Amino acid sequence: MAVVERAAPQLIGTSGDSLREAFGKALVEWSRERPRVVVLDADIAGGTGVHHFRKALPHRFFQFGIAEQNMMAAAGGMAATGLVPVVTTFAVFCLRAIEQARLSIAYAKRNVKIVASHPGIDVGPDGGSAQALEDLAAFRAIPGMTVISPADPEEMRQATRAILDFEGPVYMRTGRSASTRLFGPAHKFEIGVGQMLRDGRDVSLVACGVEVSRALEAADLLAAAKISARVINMPTIKPIDSAILAEASVDTGCIVTAEDHNIFGGLGGAVAEAIAQTQPCPIEFVGVRDQFGQSGEPQELAEFYGLTAPHIAAAARRAIARKESLRR
Amino acid sequence: MNATLQVAELHEAAGPRDRRVTQLEAIAREIRRLSVAAIYHAGSGHPGGSLSCADILAVLYGTVLNLPHADHPDIDRDLFVLSKGHAAPALYATWAAFGLMSRAEALTLRKLGSRAQGHPHVLDCPLAESSTGSLGQGFSVSIGMAMGLRQQGRAPRVYALLGDGEMQEGEVWEGAMCAAHYGLANLCAVIDYNKLQSDDRNAAIMGLEPLAQKWRAFGWNTLEINGHDVAGLLAAFEAARNERTLPTIIIAHTTKGKGVPYMEDHPQWHGSVKLTPEQITSALTSLDTDPAKAEGLLNGRG
Repeated sequence: MAVVERAAPQLIGTSGDSLREAFGKALVEWSRERPRVVVLDADIAGGTGVHHFRKALPHRFFQFGIAEQNMMAAAGGMAATGLVPVVTTFAVFCLRAIEQARLSIAYAKRNVKIVASHPGIDVGPDGGSAQALEDLAAFRAIPGMTVISPADPEEMRQATRAILDFEGPVYMRTGRSASTRLFGPAHKFEIGVGQMLRDGRDVSLVACGVEVSRALEAADLLAAAKISARVINMPTIKPIDSAILAEASVDTGCIVTAEDHNIFGGLGGAVAEAIAQTQPCPIEFVGVRDQFGQSGEPQELAEFYGLTAPHIAAAARRAIARKESLRR
Repeated sequence: MNATLQVAELHEAAGPRDRRVTQLEAIAREIRRLSVAAIYHAGSGHPGGSLSCADILAVLYGTVLNLPHADHPDIDRDLFVLSKGHAAPALYATWAAFGLMSRAEALTLRKLGSRAQGHPHVLDCPLAESSTGSLGQGFSVSIGMAMGLRQQGRAPRVYALLGDGEMQEGEVWEGAMCAAHYGLANLCAVIDYNKLQSDDRNAAIMGLEPLAQKWRAFGWNTLEINGHDVAGLLAAFEAARNERTLPTIIIAHTTKGKGVPYMEDHPQWHGSVKLTPEQITSALTSLDTDPAKAEGLLNGRG
């Protein structure tokens, strides 16, 4: 498998390049030539990035007020008339309206895109009430729901186009904090396809969202200790790319998953389910360990909850040790 | 038209009792027969709330909804959402009564593999327009449809039927605000106000009154009628169609279990109930079912 082209990791450091901003700008870019796309907002456009859309295409922007349940189900109704509704709010408020997403969108197979900003502890100072650590698990459990968590602004830009052109319900995470730019324009996002960003023999690091850049950092840390780590970007949590995981399992014999989410039911759960059915191997899970978050800056929280590169590297060493103990 | 129309005015507007009213009343009786027969065969289902909305459904499908027909198969159809999805037996019965579903299929309610799912599912039955069964959602869906149609400059109107217990869902009031805010005059919702819900009377569970005042205060064109009076229903839907600026709510006062005396106004017939052979026979007798038709309903052929 060819290693995907990767620009040198470079911290942009401005909120202008958060995944939510990247989404908001991309949505305008791709919606101009897609007249059926409409955007639904619950008084939070400045937070989700769709203020760009409101400004550029106001006649296709629908304000629902602070009423997410009505907004979510109404999106199903709009889709029934042939529009392509993009429902936007914070990830926690998507959870508030998840039963509407289940019945009026997924069960009815409506072509609605649910785009959630403010996922995970990446939310930062707003604290535990605002930090959705359950959304990937919850939306993944809904039949027919595609679940996506892009890693950088370029991937977000391409994923936004991909979900608009995809027929069916989608849940996609953006992100609040400044993101690390990983990919150049040559990057190719495709729903359901993972990419090897760096090859390695000893362990595979599988990550999504903000954890992809941390996994790449972890691979550097491991390389310094003569451990060869493969890094896989897994922007689609569902359907998961089983083939790339089976190959990673065969080639490296152990896996670490990393996500800004509860370790239960998200990317880690999806990887474990796939691997259990193809090429079982030891797996270690990096994520928030079944607890709620709290206030703090995103980087502080990532360190506190064990989501940074050194934690991923430590998990890699544990996975390798388990692999070796099995072989003895 | 913002003012509440009183029942008497609506009667007047409808004119003298005509043949159309008699026909729709007969269709409503047929909807009731098919509903209870389907619930009998299913061994479960919600008879009380199916019987209470039969007249409303007869009028909607008989005269109000602009649906495709032989002469105009490609019509951009009006949309009706059964937000009180537990009245699915009445919806299938209505389709059967109007030839939109076979009578035999309506009687496969709740059976494995049947399109007549326990609650309407749009992938099985496109005419359901949405999948319902979780209260409040069908109403929001109908609002989204009305917004979507208006956005595209399309003519169809959107109708939704809600239960009274459904008023206790907060989502209903989110939707009420939204539809009024956007002045969705292409939307008409009906409340099947039979005063009973699953466990007890609305008033005992969580009081709804003053219901009309609430809808008026939320900015809706609010009509209040007898939901078993076909002429009144016809007039109310006509008034809703003539409304130009506001969404319309028709508060239809009904009797739960209407037409089957032992069920009328008793919360225990909300559902999900198993009817005995004696009970279904008694119900069909109360609904003036002729013996040949009763036999078809009881043997499942329709």
